[in-house]
Amino acid sequence: MRAYAIAVFAFLYLPIGIIALFSFSAGRSASSMQGFSTEWYGRALSNPFVMEALWTSIKVAFLSAVLATVAGTMAALALTGMRGRLRVFFDTLVQVAVMIPGIVIGIAALIALVTVFDLVNPWLEAMSGRRLSLGMGSLIGLHGMFTMSLVVLLVRGRLESFDRAQIEASSDLGAGPVATFVQVTLPQIAPAILAGFLLAFTFSFDDFIMAFFVAGSETTLPIYIFSSIRRGVTPEINAIGTMVMVASLTLLIIAQVLLRPGVARAGR
Amino acid sequence: MTRTRARALLLMPAGIWYGVLLLFPLAVVLVFSFGERNPIGGYAPGFTFEQYANLPARLSAFINTLTLAPAGTLAALLIAYPLAYYLALKVSARWKTTLLILVIVPFWTSILIRSYAWIYLLGGNGIPALLEAVGLGDIRLINTPFAVLVGIVYGYLPLMVFPIYVALEKLDRSLLEAAADLGTPPWRSFLQITLPLSMPGVLTGSMLVFILLTGEFLIPAILGGGKVFFVGNALVDLFLQSRNWAFGSAVAVALIVIMLIVVALYSRAVRRFGAGRDDVGLM
Repeated sequence: MRAYAIAVFAFLYLPIGIIALFSFSAGRSASSMQGFSTEWYGRALSNPFVMEALWTSIKVAFLSAVLATVAGTMAALALTGMRGRLRVFFDTLVQVAVMIPGIVIGIAALIALVTVFDLVNPWLEAMSGRRLSLGMGSLIGLHGMFTMSLVVLLVRGRLESFDRAQIEASSDLGAGPVATFVQVTLPQIAPAILAGFLLAFTFSFDDFIMAFFVAGSETTLPIYIFSSIRRGVTPEINAIGTMVMVASLTLLIIAQVLLRPGVARAGR
Repeated sequence: MTRTRARALLLMPAGIWYGVLLLFPLAVVLVFSFGERNPIGGYAPGFTFEQYANLPARLSAFINTLTLAPAGTLAALLIAYPLAYYLALKVSARWKTTLLILVIVPFWTSILIRSYAWIYLLGGNGIPALLEAVGLGDIRLINTPFAVLVGIVYGYLPLMVFPIYVALEKLDRSLLEAAADLGTPPWRSFLQITLPLSMPGVLTGSMLVFILLTGEFLIPAILGGGKVFFVGNALVDLFLQSRNWAFGSAVAVALIVIMLIVVALYSRAVRRFGAGRDDVGLM
């Protein structure tokens, strides 16, 4: 059994390890290890295309995560303790957003947005000389729509598990709803909100498929990586891949620590 | 009443967001799937079932998806089950958390990067070279259905391990002890106690993996070399290359229908096994 477990772990880590290893190769060949150097990291970081894609990805991930966290937390607060048809409808929306394959969400947004833009643009151009197109806005909007669902699920989970008696005690002691929210509810759900933000950021940063459809003329880092490997794997791509893996892992480990039960209490 | 109004205000941003970028686009796909192809690309209004009747034109993509997705799910299940069993029942509490984290870590990293790593392993200088060295001859692995299958199993294995682990972890050990005291051989108590009680986890894991696989694009694109097409690849082709929106929409609707069928089968199976909610908060 133990040998089996070791074999499965080897299966899980070998490919990742190979990429990390080859990224330190000194040679030009991407398929063998020739000496050791960090040259490719330097090259990747000074490649203007890589840096531009990285910057686009960071902007999209940050803005979509901020918006998703705010809207998702608001929705989670409203949904907790709510009953009736609206609740069922909203729960269904969240489920649908999470369950439908990213590719379908991407396609649907692409054709819907392009159709609307084609209708609006002649009119808009005549009025203001500007036109709508796919790009930053659609990337942020689509990633945010998806990650907002993750935030709703996380924050709602936390809200439903915490002791409501504290809220009642707070209002019995004369605190208004705002004071109760700031002093009782917010400290309780803060770790879940922060974890939701980090999760949303990482998802957006790593997402290829939705971005592929609605990026317009923008290039995010995963789109850059995808089009590069179509032309052939290089040690530079390995270096980028290694950095991306390390970055998203760090964020997700922080999120995981925040989500551990008991962090809310310890954090006060 | 102010409470209801406060709720409505809090739900407004999320509601508008879902409306504009989820419900409206999905409605557009449904409407377009009954439309016609615009000769210059894109969509022309109409009401016809032509696009649906034309679905067999992409039959091979559906066949590939509906053979490799179940095969991948099954392979992932067979590999994941013993690991989950080992983690849940054989590992000491001290190591458990560490090993579980080690299982999810790969799942957290970009699937794009993890998939292309297999280009190395399955490509000419990787496993085929090893096989040739031991005299197994010239075997081509990259750009075959097998490569796609390996990528699938690799990509989604953690998602399968987790629900099974959760189900096995909850298992009442005294049942196994009682069986052993009554002289039941281990293989029988596994078949009669452990396996049935872990079914909810098996079902949840299989459904999650299968659903994600039906919409897969990256793994076949990277490891199938354009030869192993999934429905996802057909969709990319139809929307970004040939710009046949009406037909593409019909393909997308068909994909959603397949998924809904899987979800319905899952809920029926869950009811049969009398399982509660076993979804795990796998990030």
